Amino acid sequence: MADLICENLNMTFSNPQTGGKVEALKDINFTLKKGELLSVLGPSGCGKTTLLNMLAGFINPTSGTASLDGKVIEGPGVERGMVFQQGALFEWLPVSQNVDFGLRMKNTDPAKSKRLVDKWLGIVGLQGFGDTPTYQLSGGMQQRVALARCLVNDPEVILMDEPLGALDALTREKMQSLVLELWKETGKTIIIITHSVEEALLLGERLFVMAPRPGRVHKEYNLPFAELGLKESLRDIKQKEEFSEVREEILTMIWNMEEEIMGHG
Amino acid sequence: MGELLSYNRAYIAAFIIIVLVAMFVISVVVGRKETAQRDKDEVFGDPERTRGGWYWSACGVATLLLVWFYFSWGVGRAYFPEAANEMCQVAKLEEVVSPIKAALPIGSRYFKSTLLVARNTDQLDELVTQVPSDVFSPDEQDELRNIIGDQRQLMANSSDPTQLSAQTSSELNALVGKISLLADKLKSDPTSLKPTEEALAQPKWGLSIIEIPVLPTTSRGVLFDTVAGEAADITTLFNKIRNHPVQNDRIISDVKQRIQNLKTATESDDFDAAAIVQRNKYIKSVERIFKRLDDGTIFPARALEEVNGAIANLDAAKDHARGGLAWIESLFFPGQGVVKSRTQCTEQGSARWLPKPTDVVAEFLTLSNPDIEAGGGYKGIPLFWWKWLPLQDVVGFFVPDSIADIWPGEYAQLGPDGTITPSFKDDLLAFARGEAYLGAIPMLDGHLWDSLFRVLVALALGILLGVPLGLFMGVSRFFKSFFDPLIELYRPVPPLAWAPLILTIFGITDDGKIFLLFMVAFAIMVISARTGASGTQLSKIRASHSLGASTSQIMRYVILPNAMPEILTGVRIAIGVCWGTLVAAEILAGTTGIGFIENIARTVSDYELIWVTILIMGILGLMFDIIMRWVIARTIPWRGKG
Repeated sequence: MADLICENLNMTFSNPQTGGKVEALKDINFTLKKGELLSVLGPSGCGKTTLLNMLAGFINPTSGTASLDGKVIEGPGVERGMVFQQGALFEWLPVSQNVDFGLRMKNTDPAKSKRLVDKWLGIVGLQGFGDTPTYQLSGGMQQRVALARCLVNDPEVILMDEPLGALDALTREKMQSLVLELWKETGKTIIIITHSVEEALLLGERLFVMAPRPGRVHKEYNLPFAELGLKESLRDIKQKEEFSEVREEILTMIWNMEEEIMGHG
Repeated sequence: MGELLSYNRAYIAAFIIIVLVAMFVISVVVGRKETAQRDKDEVFGDPERTRGGWYWSACGVATLLLVWFYFSWGVGRAYFPEAANEMCQVAKLEEVVSPIKAALPIGSRYFKSTLLVARNTDQLDELVTQVPSDVFSPDEQDELRNIIGDQRQLMANSSDPTQLSAQTSSELNALVGKISLLADKLKSDPTSLKPTEEALAQPKWGLSIIEIPVLPTTSRGVLFDTVAGEAADITTLFNKIRNHPVQNDRIISDVKQRIQNLKTATESDDFDAAAIVQRNKYIKSVERIFKRLDDGTIFPARALEEVNGAIANLDAAKDHARGGLAWIESLFFPGQGVVKSRTQCTEQGSARWLPKPTDVVAEFLTLSNPDIEAGGGYKGIPLFWWKWLPLQDVVGFFVPDSIADIWPGEYAQLGPDGTITPSFKDDLLAFARGEAYLGAIPMLDGHLWDSLFRVLVALALGILLGVPLGLFMGVSRFFKSFFDPLIELYRPVPPLAWAPLILTIFGITDDGKIFLLFMVAFAIMVISARTGASGTQLSKIRASHSLGASTSQIMRYVILPNAMPEILTGVRIAIGVCWGTLVAAEILAGTTGIGFIENIARTVSDYELIWVTILIMGILGLMFDIIMRWVIARTIPWRGKG
């Protein structure tokens, strides 16, 4: 019963200067079972990040509820870990203390913390980097630290806001594999927001394509590629015909949405 | 050891100057070589060039020090330690002869007689046109005009060479003879002359308050000194010579009588008060000119020509006798040379306000000597030392007396048998007032420490109170808007504008200065901490929320470290501004501190001490900044890389 449930979620932003209202999200309904991998895709302004911020508890919905394990989400919580696009690491702390941060806030026993930190640094492939200052790390390594920092807290849901957006293509592919591995090993529920159609297909057991004005879930897919990715190389998957088909379909869909926006504009 | 160094400072300077010149030459040679090598592959504006090279730094330092040595006469004293003494003897002669020169074209372009006649004529011309017709009768007016006419005649007679009396003439001749003898004496060989024991025992140049030893210490100096002594008699003689032509005697007694008559008339007749004042005023101005003419100081120009020539001769002899000294003076003693005043010889020109580097070091060593008895320190306080600080003084300062008041119980009362038994409350009061002996702790002491203490305490208070407030202002609408007007109201006022008010309220004790500096540091710390806190990325705060941090934990572990670069930059600025403000505050009011020393040194024109304080302040300011740069590099290596 570790389900993430959204019921009639609405979010309206009002602009005090113009008095106008923007419906960032309208009537979002979905249920995510424990251990599911969801990727969310959509053009700019479709409310992807708003949805994620709401699930993280940073903002509250105008109406409707989101709940995890039957508990309504009303604020940030340890059970919902967040990974940001730029890592949002604490540059004044070395790698191990960044990972350690959540545990220290809970006054965890240092010996236990150390064990956990070492374990997770190992899993994300950063063993031996514990004392390195974070500003000396590359972008990909910084994201690994961010992942470890989130996972060490043992959250039930991991929310990722374009986590790989700022990485170069090669690093990105490596990180995509890492995300899949982590998903497999930990069995966590993961929501990934992305701009890249390929990434959404590869990292999505389920995939929401969202549409703007008002922000809503336009179409939902159930995809086999994430499972496949655990066994085969991601590049082979990208070559598959069914992958291309879905990719083209979604690209056309998003393309049309963008056209529509421009037309409206 | 120190004594020895101090006594031989001229020789030390000589050595240092040679080293500096060598350093200058070597660095220029190396610099030119390096530059020539790199000229080919360097591009103008290449940032690599801004790194400079040690040789040009060495060259700059050597140049600066050499310029300092030169214009402070340090080079002169190093290589010609007797020059100033000799210049002093020459100055003696010049001082002695100057009254004679002042009467002659050689010293002032015109004969003094020429100037006197011109001035008297101008004044007589003016008086003639201004005879007050309403208070003098027509007869009296004529009389006054006649008197003025007679005065013109007196001047004419005095200026006529043919009327020069035989006595005056022979006196002038004798004077010329004496001056010529003196000139001959100056031309004689001085090597047989020996300075006196007393002269040799004088403190060397620059070693005592009497800057330059007055008594001659060289043969040439003795010659000048002797000549100056004899010239003094000649000057006295010259001042006594008067020109009274025979024809003037009758006119003088006549005019004297007529002026007296006019005065008598003023008293006898019944003029009203205003008329008396006006009559007396006019008669007095006529009489004033008459008295000058009566003095007989106007000579025919030709009569003094020979004296003028003799003095010119003496000058030539003086230049001859100076010999190489003239060259040394013009090359190594920029400015007006040495001037003899009543009792001492002083350096004139840049050397007057620019002390020699070695003297500055010596002054600093004296100042920093903790042994007050031996003349160290300043005004009975060392520069930087330690002392035993009674602990009760500290307690008395920090613990408020009211603690004893609020303690339950009663103060002791007079008992019926006339004894007083102190209660615990009494003991507590004595403790809080700092009256109970608690032992002593070693504590830093001295002018410099007092200044440092004020800055450090004010800075610590500013940081302790300013940083938390600034952080809260950076994250909270309430704190920002509530405190912003308060701080922005006092901060833009220059700290020195607050100083008179605060120093008046608090007096000259440490409290006022610390409060003033606290105000400075507080505003800077609040603003820098606020900027740092408000610049925290939202994603970092959200991340820490998600990681389970509470609001206070985010303040402590995220916002504070995130604001550290700005806070440390703020501290660096605050130290600089506090240091500057402190010195000014100490100059305004204070009994200790580095600014106090400078202020007192100013009032007594002690240039060496002024320079020492300036250098101490500069070096300390630099040290603060270097320490802060080091701290910043150590504590926030991530700055600009986050």
